[in-house]
Amino acid sequence: MKQRLVVIGAGMASGRMLEHIFEAGGDFDVTLFNAEPRGNYNRLMLSPVLSGEKSYDEIVTHDADWYTSHGVDCRFGESVVKIDRENRVVYSAQGGVRYDALVIATGSAPFIIPVPGKDLPGVCTYRDLEDTNAMIAASRPGAKAVVIGGGLLGLEAAAGMAARGADVTVIHLMGHLMERQLDPAAGYLLQKDLEARGIRVHCKGATKAILGNTRVEAVLLEDGTVYPADLVCMAVGIRPEVRLANDAHLDVGRGITVNDQLRTSDPAIFALGECVEHDQQLFGLVAPLYDQAKVLAATLLGQEAAFKPVQTATKLKVTGVDLFSAGDFAEGPGREDIVFRDPGRGVYKRLILEGDQLIGAVMYGDTADGSWFFDLIKQKKDVSDLRDTLIFGPAFAEGASANPLAAVAALPPEAEICGCNGVCKGRIVQAIEGGATTLDLVRAQTKASASCGTCTGLVEQVMALTLGDGFTAIANPPMCKCTDHTHEDVRRLIKSMGLKSIPAVMQELGWKTVGGCASCRPALNYYLISDWPTEYVDDRQSRFVNERNHANIQKDGTYSVVPRMWGGVTSPAELRAIADAAEKYSVPMVKVTGGQRIDLLGVRKEDLPAIWSDLNAAGMVSGHAYAKGLRTVKTCVGSEFCRFGTQDSTGLGIRLEKLLWGSWTPAKVKLAVSGCPRNCAEATCKDIGVVCVDSGYEISVAGAAGMDVKETEFLYKATTEDEVMEVIAAFVQLYRENARYLHRIYKWVAKVGLDWCRAQVEDPVNRHALHDRFMQSQSVYQADPWAEHATTPADWAPVADLTLRAAE
Amino acid sequence: MNGFIDIAALDDIPRQGARVVKTPQGCIAIFRTADDQVFAIDDRCPHKAGPLSEGIVHGTSVTCPLHAMVFDLATGLSVGADEGAVRRYAVRVEAGRVLLDAEFLLRRSAA
Repeated sequence: MKQRLVVIGAGMASGRMLEHIFEAGGDFDVTLFNAEPRGNYNRLMLSPVLSGEKSYDEIVTHDADWYTSHGVDCRFGESVVKIDRENRVVYSAQGGVRYDALVIATGSAPFIIPVPGKDLPGVCTYRDLEDTNAMIAASRPGAKAVVIGGGLLGLEAAAGMAARGADVTVIHLMGHLMERQLDPAAGYLLQKDLEARGIRVHCKGATKAILGNTRVEAVLLEDGTVYPADLVCMAVGIRPEVRLANDAHLDVGRGITVNDQLRTSDPAIFALGECVEHDQQLFGLVAPLYDQAKVLAATLLGQEAAFKPVQTATKLKVTGVDLFSAGDFAEGPGREDIVFRDPGRGVYKRLILEGDQLIGAVMYGDTADGSWFFDLIKQKKDVSDLRDTLIFGPAFAEGASANPLAAVAALPPEAEICGCNGVCKGRIVQAIEGGATTLDLVRAQTKASASCGTCTGLVEQVMALTLGDGFTAIANPPMCKCTDHTHEDVRRLIKSMGLKSIPAVMQELGWKTVGGCASCRPALNYYLISDWPTEYVDDRQSRFVNERNHANIQKDGTYSVVPRMWGGVTSPAELRAIADAAEKYSVPMVKVTGGQRIDLLGVRKEDLPAIWSDLNAAGMVSGHAYAKGLRTVKTCVGSEFCRFGTQDSTGLGIRLEKLLWGSWTPAKVKLAVSGCPRNCAEATCKDIGVVCVDSGYEISVAGAAGMDVKETEFLYKATTEDEVMEVIAAFVQLYRENARYLHRIYKWVAKVGLDWCRAQVEDPVNRHALHDRFMQSQSVYQADPWAEHATTPADWAPVADLTLRAAE
Repeated sequence: MNGFIDIAALDDIPRQGARVVKTPQGCIAIFRTADDQVFAIDDRCPHKAGPLSEGIVHGTSVTCPLHAMVFDLATGLSVGADEGAVRRYAVRVEAGRVLLDAEFLLRRSAA
């Protein structure tokens, strides 16, 4: 008698398994249940159906005839409700079917995020033909669609609807798109490409609710953003469909647990596809599912077979987007990266090596060599001989040359070196041979590397090849070991190329490391804050500890707390609050600083939010004693009390401090205002000093009283306090926009020249513009960080305390 | 008590940042990288005892906040010219929770 085989689920995995069984001549009575009212089609091809590049008929893999010809009893549209293991019977609403072997291939269900409005009409997932048809129907030109989830599936849904003319927004919880397949750099390029197609991308967006009365009208995010929507597609992930297996009391982890033969905890029941868990792993891509189908067919036919998951590669099926990811691309012990970026063409390639082997690859923009790399990964081939030219792909690997210049040497004369100005290698060689022996001369004569500058390294390599030992690279050192660009170049390029995030800078300027270093990250964070105050979001993790924690770290890991005392003026109430705080938190030292305020030294990190909140309650805010920003405005008593005072230096100092506090600058900024030329506030050794005289205010800048001691130089004579305020705000903004990170004002002025600075602030139009840009930045950044962070004290304490556990 | 114990949710630790676990043998810093790898090392730089948990995290390295010594989180070894090493602890992430191997607590208290 024939074996009775019952299969639950007519998906791609079970379809492939049946094919293998019939091809091998297996003799079974097959009953196939499927909840969807149709047979097997290629779900991978739903995206081309959505975008209109294919029709449903083209993606059907097994039609009714195929099932009939193999004698399969098809129960389409009939859901299985119960498995009776003891009697080996499967029940649907229509009755029972006996089995000798049962295959569960129920696949997976889309994950629905539990937000209000999730059940409104107009909310769909992206799983089957019904979903696809719903999206096609909703994607008329001008319709608004929101896709929640920026993974593989979500982006294909977004691109498909956009191709049909819908106005699409993608909301993604993580910091970059497809974070499981791509690193931040490749994710950034993908976002750029999608945005160029008119798809709006909102990363770090958490959905709070789906709004609407009778149907979907909009999506509300936690940050308050609202996106109008006629259709919402949830594509945030899948979970194995295990309800039947659970009800039948089979072993179920995250998926139905199977062994290497795809057998469940019941010897007569097997499972395959997205519903299974094998060796603690779930499966979502098609390659391992097809492997499972092959193994299960063999097992059912009584042959020896074992399922071993292999590496899989991912490509996004969006026409025109070239993306490839394979293997393991996480950073880790003993792993090395080889990174290649060609910003001009939007190309990013990253290879991950462990020992002598290639173990992962992420590519964007040019994936032609993807399969070659994937082969190297799968074969676990020793690539140490190829290492130097590996990233250039098979074309160079065969050359077996270990010289890193070889790749450049091998380029033909017509190869383009400078994309901006269309300069080829031959033209550069010609210029060098004609006497252009420095980079500046090459730039002047050929325009190569004279625009965006990202090809400077290549141009230098061409020079090194052509000049041999006669070549020496330029003297201005690069920012850090992560890049060949100088600080000045990076600042210029951030502005000219409109780069607005750290990954964008690293990608477009060809950073050589993956996440930068402790030297370049704070610098980039500052440059972006300074250049795009209303658009860039401060990256707290790219800040040095003092700015991240809004307190100065001390040698023993405690912190100092310095409240602001405007112009060095305090009151009995403030002093009382400071004294109370010092006692309450057992502050080991209370010290008067050189900047006319009081420092509480030795505060424990976990006490910071509480002490800040106490000081806030007494009306005090952070003194930014830790910041590359405005520190203090020191004052003397001035005309209010002093018999020599010519102006109200104390009042002006307070006004200046209230104008400037909270602003981030390349290095710290200290001011002082003296009420007369006796200069009791020592204004002439500050970054910016004001000395009051009978006829007005003398503003001088670029003093120093630290490692270097230097007297200020005269900048501007103002006649009113308001003029002082405008000139100083403009000068600080000039410094913010132009100086290199960590350069104090005196170092910057020495480089650009005081005359240039004076010309900038003397010109009224320019001065107003600088002042306005400063005030715009202040509108964002003039906020007390203490008040903000005091609300989350748990973030400042240890995340766990095991001292009690140990005592148990 | 033995083996791995639940310390915190992965999301309690900022990406490219760290949080501290207090133990009778001093603090342990739990790091999370930009790509969600988690590492645990002593929160104490061998140079001048700086709290490594407050350093800038780049790739799988951290730079000590006091004097900029750099450590590889995976090996615990210093990177570059300075010599030094910090103790590592086994740590893993399961279902969004961070689990720390607390074996070291046992060994010390049994001794």
